[in-house]
Amino acid sequence: MDRDPREALRDLQIIGRPTPKKDARLKASGRAEYADDIAMPGMLHGKLLRSPHAHAKILRIDTSRAAALPGVRAVVVGGDFPNIKFGNLPQTRDYLPLAIDTVRYIGEEVAAVAAVDEDTAEEALDLLRVDYEPLPAVFDPEQAMRPGAPQLHPHAPGNISAHSAFHFGDVEAAFARAEYLREDVFETQAVKQGMLEPHACVGLWDHAGKVTLWSCKMSPYVTWRQLAMGLGIQPGDVRVIQTFVGGGFSGGKQEAMPMDFCAVLLSKKTGRPVKFVHTMDEVLTIGHMRHPMKIWLRTGTGRDGRLLAQHCKLIANGGAYSSIGGFSMYLAGAMLNLPYRVPNIRYEAHRVYTNNGFCGALRGHTIPQFCFARDSQLELVAADLGIDPLEIRHRNALQPGEVTANGFRIGTFAFDECIERVAQISGWREKRGKLPKYRGIGFGCGSHLSGARLMGHSASAAEIRVQEDGTVQLTTGSTDVGQGADTVLSMIAAEVLGIEVDDVRFTRVDTEITPVDPGTFGSRVTFFTGNAVKRAAEDARAQLAEIAAQKMGADPGDLVFRGREIFNPGDERQRIKLKDAVRWGAFQLGRIVSGRGAYAAGDEKIDFRTGHGNLSPAYNPSACAVEVEVDPETGRVTVVGFWGADDSGTPLNPLAVKGQVLGATVMSIGHALYENLIRVDGKVMNPSLRDYKMPLATDLPRLADFQHSNVITWEPEGPFGAKEAGQGAGTGVLAALANAIYDATGVRLNRLPMTPERILSGLKRVPEWNGNPGP
Amino acid sequence: MSEFVAVSLSVNGVRYDVAIRPWRTLLEVLRETLAMTGTKRSCGEGQCGACTVLLDGDAVNACLYLAVEAQGREILTIEGPAGGDPVLEQIQASFANNGAVQCGFCTPGMVMITKDLLSHNDAPSEDEIRDALVGHLCRCTGYVQIVEAIRDAAGALARRAGD
Repeated sequence: MDRDPREALRDLQIIGRPTPKKDARLKASGRAEYADDIAMPGMLHGKLLRSPHAHAKILRIDTSRAAALPGVRAVVVGGDFPNIKFGNLPQTRDYLPLAIDTVRYIGEEVAAVAAVDEDTAEEALDLLRVDYEPLPAVFDPEQAMRPGAPQLHPHAPGNISAHSAFHFGDVEAAFARAEYLREDVFETQAVKQGMLEPHACVGLWDHAGKVTLWSCKMSPYVTWRQLAMGLGIQPGDVRVIQTFVGGGFSGGKQEAMPMDFCAVLLSKKTGRPVKFVHTMDEVLTIGHMRHPMKIWLRTGTGRDGRLLAQHCKLIANGGAYSSIGGFSMYLAGAMLNLPYRVPNIRYEAHRVYTNNGFCGALRGHTIPQFCFARDSQLELVAADLGIDPLEIRHRNALQPGEVTANGFRIGTFAFDECIERVAQISGWREKRGKLPKYRGIGFGCGSHLSGARLMGHSASAAEIRVQEDGTVQLTTGSTDVGQGADTVLSMIAAEVLGIEVDDVRFTRVDTEITPVDPGTFGSRVTFFTGNAVKRAAEDARAQLAEIAAQKMGADPGDLVFRGREIFNPGDERQRIKLKDAVRWGAFQLGRIVSGRGAYAAGDEKIDFRTGHGNLSPAYNPSACAVEVEVDPETGRVTVVGFWGADDSGTPLNPLAVKGQVLGATVMSIGHALYENLIRVDGKVMNPSLRDYKMPLATDLPRLADFQHSNVITWEPEGPFGAKEAGQGAGTGVLAALANAIYDATGVRLNRLPMTPERILSGLKRVPEWNGNPGP
Repeated sequence: MSEFVAVSLSVNGVRYDVAIRPWRTLLEVLRETLAMTGTKRSCGEGQCGACTVLLDGDAVNACLYLAVEAQGREILTIEGPAGGDPVLEQIQASFANNGAVQCGFCTPGMVMITKDLLSHNDAPSEDEIRDALVGHLCRCTGYVQIVEAIRDAAGALARRAGD
């Protein structure tokens, strides 16, 4: 039975309070040390030479002139590494630290130099001579799948990088029974993470053979394993030290990158620490971006708009390497099951190798693309059947306690309430069908997970050491990447131990000190690591209660932790300061108060071959409405209002949750309207923040018309009732914008981004548009 | 080496005499020569605003400004003067308390542009705040809490001035 969140929060001292981020003052005063801020005595500067060819054989690399340049200390090429491919899974290990005999995309790393300064290193790149034999290249995934297409990898005939197919229910029978059918095709573009901190690292291979990497990694343990793998050494010989992370959103900060390998190997060659920092041009040119997709979606419903069956075929342009791409394909299809009830499902996805920069995860992973297709189409279904857009969503909304066709067990899931909340705060019913010409309002919904149960490493652990001054050292393997993990995890520990957030010191990951952890992705940290921290704090509290009870002659079960004290509410004489209990325990009993906790989300697993299984311990729905104004002369879209709601469970730190949901929303507005990494024959045409357009402060609605509301539930499996907050809120935004532009203009855009050019050309095709009918 | 020139820079009230190559940007000299790394290096072409510093009170992108040209002018960076700067500290507090800091990489630039804005306009409207931020990118926050933080800082400074 769910608890009433308001009642639960009343008993809590720290949780639920808007709490400023612990490191905010440090960062706001320029004192936080990011990877590029590190300087070490004797440190050298590295630069990478990149392939100018989309596909070519490397015949010969002449490093002699570069090596002879004064100031250059070392040069490395692919052959200096042990020729071991690295990656996440055995079937996705297709990447080398540096290319050895073949390059597969423009920008692929071919050689690296270390020099006394960046200018010299840059100059040395011009002196490296590489003889290439260009090979035929292929850039379009459908062309790459055809017989006779250039082949990228010997292990992947037909350029199939990953394939995911599953079906649930009796799909054919359901389509045969359907009273309404439609098919649509949607296309999405390449979008970059867009974090402001370029990838950076410092590598040191010391004289004892220890390899240390300081780097801005979101998932340092992934880097740690991959670094050892690609270098052919034991993970125990590698140490990864996480610096402050200047934005991640997945991508290169999730994995080991060529710069990481080259920094440590150049250090081995020179005996000096070596620093690499990507330029923004490099960041935008290299791999790691959102998968561009072509999504074919066939839907069958009853006359009442109830979904009977959906069949989705999807082709993703994977680029030259795998990254996390296998899981990306599973995930998009899994979303056929959320947040609507679809009893019969067929899904076939291909991730295809092409000679482009490679794709992987980016905030929301592959969920936003599929939600764009499904919620755009649902709007068309509703219009054809004469059903109100909100009503069709209500009719199909999953309810708490349901099990989806693929086996997701839905716990808390206030989807109906999210739809209604948005209708209310947006004034949907007063606006829809009643706005002036070229002004429109659209609805969109989505969903997300609170961390995933993966085949490999899923569990998180935490350690809590209580010091004699009453402060706490909190150690986890999770990273703060700006999302506020440092603060929310500290809040959880403080709540359990009855201390203040400032009493908790949160440790950044150092693989020699912190517990091994999967990393920061899939909205897992608050949920998985949060539960681990809660258990570790409870363990420490039990140890302290025992010590305090012994000291005061009390029963540990009577003791309460609050206000930095341990006391028995039933006996005023039994009261001790928490720090005094720690000191007494250490001084008189020799006891160290050290709590440990772990969370593994049970032992359920996903069968990725059948697609069946309960991926996450909790799911959250979201809904939003967007109001736009379209200039019919220029095609320019102004977002004049945005109203969102999601069920993030109980927000532990409302200040951070607000930042997460609004950040995800604005990123999605960029994805929908502006952002597009333009590639021509594999060459990125807009590798700068001048030409790759991300949203600015002036692109938002006014604050009064930009609102997000949390529909609060108490998720019994989450720490203090919490669920994910950083990604789900953005998943419905793309379709909401497409639906709003349609409402304003009659132009239905199935292709992203929805640029002024596409809107203008659409306006020429639609007859005079008098708007959607009112509800 | 002859390619070096002697330059005298006044940063946060302290004079630094350095020998630099004349093509070095102010950002490079601050970060590498003076080891003041609070000013961030991101796009390197004046698009993101992460490297914003004040020159005689006006915001500039340090990545586009040659260090030699900053001679004779008072440079203020995010590190601020040794004795502290009450306006900078209020802006920093408002950013922290309003959730305007996530990854923090854009924050030093955001704080500096706020100082510039509030020195010219002590009660900026929402539109004026947003216009001031047009040269600054933030990928984390979606800007809302930054706008709220700037409004909060303006209010707090105005109240203080009125006391």
